[in-house]
Amino acid sequence: MLIKTPSSSASSENQVTEEAVFNSRRSLLKQIGFIGAGALLSKTTNAGPFDWFKSESKEMFSRSALSFTKSPSDAQIQTPEVQALNYNNFFEFGTSKSDPATHAQSFKVDPWTIVIDGLVEKPIELGYEDLFTMFDLQERIYRLRCVEAWSMVIPWIGFSLSGLINKAKPLSSAKYVAFETLYDPEQMRGQRSRFVGGGVDYPYVEGLRLDEAMHPLTTLSVGMYGKTLSPQNGAPIRLVMPWKYGFKSIKSLVKIKLVDKMPPTSWNRLAPDEYGFYANVNPNVSHPRWSQARERRIVGSGLLAQDRIDTKLFNGYDEVAELYRGMDLAKFY
Amino acid sequence: MIISNPIRLPFWQIKTLQSLLHLTAVAWVGYVFYLALSGQILGDPVQYLIDFTGLGAINLLFMSLAISPSARIFKFSQIMILRRPLGVYAAVYGLLHFAVFVAFELQFEMALVFSEVIDRPYITVGFSALVILSVLLISSLNRVKRALGRRWQQIHNWVYVAAPLVLLHFIWSLKTLDLASWLYIMSFVVLIIFRIKNIQKIIKK
Repeated sequence: MLIKTPSSSASSENQVTEEAVFNSRRSLLKQIGFIGAGALLSKTTNAGPFDWFKSESKEMFSRSALSFTKSPSDAQIQTPEVQALNYNNFFEFGTSKSDPATHAQSFKVDPWTIVIDGLVEKPIELGYEDLFTMFDLQERIYRLRCVEAWSMVIPWIGFSLSGLINKAKPLSSAKYVAFETLYDPEQMRGQRSRFVGGGVDYPYVEGLRLDEAMHPLTTLSVGMYGKTLSPQNGAPIRLVMPWKYGFKSIKSLVKIKLVDKMPPTSWNRLAPDEYGFYANVNPNVSHPRWSQARERRIVGSGLLAQDRIDTKLFNGYDEVAELYRGMDLAKFY
Repeated sequence: MIISNPIRLPFWQIKTLQSLLHLTAVAWVGYVFYLALSGQILGDPVQYLIDFTGLGAINLLFMSLAISPSARIFKFSQIMILRRPLGVYAAVYGLLHFAVFVAFELQFEMALVFSEVIDRPYITVGFSALVILSVLLISSLNRVKRALGRRWQQIHNWVYVAAPLVLLHFIWSLKTLDLASWLYIMSFVVLIIFRIKNIQKIIKK
């Protein structure tokens, strides 16, 4: 049993402080949104005109501390947790960056079921508790590069996807892995309305080639910053693909299916000329509407704490290059 | 559509309204920049400022375009004094939007600024709109306005080019169309409908 439920007296200092600061900032932003609602200026703080009435008394999603093996010290400066918690793309909860944090706090993660099936000898079904007990949890500090040209450095907690796939014993006919996010319009407002959800056909689906899925860097994450995941970050379990653009790292997984053909992927379906199946981070292949050569690393909350750096091929994870040897990366973007 | 009784407010009220507009436009953007500089914006302050100034510019521009039809329909000619400040702040917010993009998004990599403006159609479109709005801003100075005489109106008709460019820039920058973008498109259509005669006249010339 790896989930600790600490008593209130055992709460760590940073846990308490951060949430208080978090909440006060939240109300501050809400006030800004209130003034602006009449002028329609509130898009970034409020997605709908009546949101501030509803969210007034909303409780924050509660995250539990996890036991895990610490990552060997990493020289990278990490993104502050508060930014990783409040700057999210998760269209199931709305298209603005602040929508997921605003609208996902009452999301239910327990009970949860995730199924691994398809071309496997032994299909597996995992419940909520299994996510934390089936494998030893490791901290993995990875760079996350969004296709929108910003990036973060996040201490994930999780395990390699390969371990789970091996447990299911893939058949030799399995060539690809298809992933699927929970479909629950009652809980996910973006799935209820095309306007809120940005016109994506839900459920959100993603896919990998089997060799990509089996790479040791490929991670199923169940936590970050020492605790279980928050809903806006894809609780209770999500994929983390550090060398691919962020949209490949599908959140709130309910299904992992081994298949023999390249599976459809949500952003590719929506705009095939802009988002490919591979979506490897590549500074030499521009998004049709913007350059991918550089990125803004979000490492501090002040405006001046931004850091603009060169984007590296495969996001700097050179060990995956062999997976794509001989492929034209401009064609298979 | 025509309301029979003209609306007339006491002079101090319309002046107060005008002062409130100035105060709101300046204080609000100042406050948001303060929050961003002091690290009080959750998430990414750069994106927040870009969205805030950009959406602010659109809102102000659309509001300025709504003034003269409203004055006509409600026989409320006094609100015409709000049109210039709304237009001026639209241009100022637009310039701030570009300044944030250059200073904080691209962090003064000027080569990249030029290539982005040229190579990225949605930025080209936005930049063109900003050039127009800047010309309108300068020609709004009393001295310039007087010097221009009748040509002032001709120059300011360019707002009918700037407004759709601004809207296109915003829509094009999004990954997908969301509710807000549809509201902007609808507001634009309504604004155009109320000014259709005016625009036809300009085109005939």
